[in-house]
Amino acid sequence: MNDVMNATPIQHGSLPKAATHISGLDEITGGGLPLGRTTLVTGTAGCGKTLFGMEFLVQGAIQQDEPGVFVSFEESTDDLDQNVRSLGFDLTDLVARNLLVLEHVYTERSEIEETGDFDLEGLFIRLGYAIDSIGAKRVVLDTIEVLFAGLPNPMILRAELRRLFRWLADKGVTSIVTAERGDGLLTRHGLEEYVSDCVILLDHRVVEQMTTRRLRIVKYRGSLHGTNEYPFLIDENGISILPITSLGLDHTAPTERISSGIPRLDMMLGGQGYYRGSSILISGTAGAGKSSMAAHFVNAAVTRGERCLYFAFEESERQIVRNMRSIGFELDLWIQRGLLQVHSARPNLHGLEMHLVMMHKLIKEYQPQVVVIDPITNLTTIGTQSEVKAALIRLIDFLKTQEITALFTSLTADQTQLEQTEVGISSLMDAWILLQMIESNGERNRGLYILKARGIDHSNQIREFHLTAKGIQLIDVYLGSEGVLTGTARLAQEAKERNVILTRQQEIARKQRELARKRQVLEAQIAALRTEFMVEEEEMEKMTAEAMGFETRLREDRNVLAQQRDSDQRYATPGVNSELR
Amino acid sequence: MVTVNDSKVEIWELRLYVAGQTPKSLTAFANLKRICEEHLAGQYRIEVVDLVENPQLAREDQILAIPTLVRKLPRPLRKIIGDLSNNERVLVGLNLRPI
Repeated sequence: MNDVMNATPIQHGSLPKAATHISGLDEITGGGLPLGRTTLVTGTAGCGKTLFGMEFLVQGAIQQDEPGVFVSFEESTDDLDQNVRSLGFDLTDLVARNLLVLEHVYTERSEIEETGDFDLEGLFIRLGYAIDSIGAKRVVLDTIEVLFAGLPNPMILRAELRRLFRWLADKGVTSIVTAERGDGLLTRHGLEEYVSDCVILLDHRVVEQMTTRRLRIVKYRGSLHGTNEYPFLIDENGISILPITSLGLDHTAPTERISSGIPRLDMMLGGQGYYRGSSILISGTAGAGKSSMAAHFVNAAVTRGERCLYFAFEESERQIVRNMRSIGFELDLWIQRGLLQVHSARPNLHGLEMHLVMMHKLIKEYQPQVVVIDPITNLTTIGTQSEVKAALIRLIDFLKTQEITALFTSLTADQTQLEQTEVGISSLMDAWILLQMIESNGERNRGLYILKARGIDHSNQIREFHLTAKGIQLIDVYLGSEGVLTGTARLAQEAKERNVILTRQQEIARKQRELARKRQVLEAQIAALRTEFMVEEEEMEKMTAEAMGFETRLREDRNVLAQQRDSDQRYATPGVNSELR
Repeated sequence: MVTVNDSKVEIWELRLYVAGQTPKSLTAFANLKRICEEHLAGQYRIEVVDLVENPQLAREDQILAIPTLVRKLPRPLRKIIGDLSNNERVLVGLNLRPI
């Protein structure tokens, strides 16, 4: 990465370069091969040297109208034509248009007797004639070392090859010389001694039964270059070297927001969903609903009229369609309308690089607005963690430059390590949604929360979600004194709360009734007391009245008696009388 | 079956490829002339091809090294490279002497 970034600024530097138009190579060489000089391409048998040379010529002819000469020391011109036809190169057409000359130089050691001093002027003449006949700017010699087997006297050959490379430089053609890799040496016959401007090493390695082609620029005089080993691929479009577009962190940042496909999740994401062009990670354990989340996202994108590319590493297209139907999505409709493409492949179908280049290719062809990779964790089976991470960085960079929104799912194996993604790629992601299985009371329920969402004011709340026939439904979880509860525990807790409330209401009602009764009793008592008091009062009045009547009668009696006795006390005052009594 | 007598009446067609009048070319031609006179007097034909003048012929006859002597007849075709200064090897190469 760094090397590439360093190399990029010198693209138009002092050293003139011939663009190869080989996908990715011009990026890591900062513009191409040294113009007017010779580049040595070395590697073991079958590593793609011939194709490398041929693509250099074909692309030069097609893209830049620069004619080229291909000198083959091994394959006949017919064989060459056949072999590269499968890669989409039509050599016959280029030859007919005077953009290419194929020269088959053939020597048979057993037919040749050496009888004294010789030189390779014949080869020079042939080459010179071929170059001049079409005004070639590019020359490939594949594999010139065959001469060591086909001709005697290596001393003379060495001297002549040295002269040949100088002669090519004088001719002003940009040339590639291929060579077989020797034991511990770059080339079997030490050609690197003569070709000192640029040396590219191709390699074809088998690691864990998976082959990977790699390219490394061993040296490039007078130019900065990427020094890493870059994986490359040979497919029906020729050679592709990764990184294809890793030009650093200078991609645009769209402010447009797009829906996640789940309204309540959009609400949690500041009410508007994700940013367009961002990378979204959905991680969770098996069965947490990752693919369903992806399906929602796809459905939302397609409904907006966008094209969507779905890379499935676990399920086939039919399987995805069937399974998503169970939550209410008819994905096959979108597939028929050409708005959705599903590409299913087992990860170990081919190496990591092959997958990535395949993705690049499909994305470039289909031009989707949304890409889903489900799940990225399966890629770790075919590469080390660092390889997968490096590959994903490239992929994400590529997607960002294209303003493609990417949704990745990641399978977390261990419930305890939920916040660790297996490939350590969370730092590359703009948004990360965690799906968690919450296990309690003998059942598992799905919980969702947003771990991060760069640049989005997002909810910190956990939500329970259900996979229903109408898709994902988000539900508030129970948050209370008993902690976070989901599923039936949430329902039970809610019921319990309802019971508590009901009981309390009943209690209050009972108390109210009791109070009312008490009041009644009290009032009854008050009434009784009042009645009693009234009775007593009446009695008292009666007694008073009686007492008054008795006294009156007594006085009257006494008066009567006194009259009868004719007493002188007859006029006495009652007070005196009473004092007397 | 070709007998020794028959082969003596056969005409040898030899072609010498050179690239301009270089010392090597001149040496090769002189050596060839001498050997033919010694061993094939009267039954050989030498054609000298200058590739500088006819570069397209280098392709047709698959010529890399200069000088190259090609025995076109009698069959099979044989190629001898170098300035023909090694007498023994030229005779072996032309099959004029058993190895």
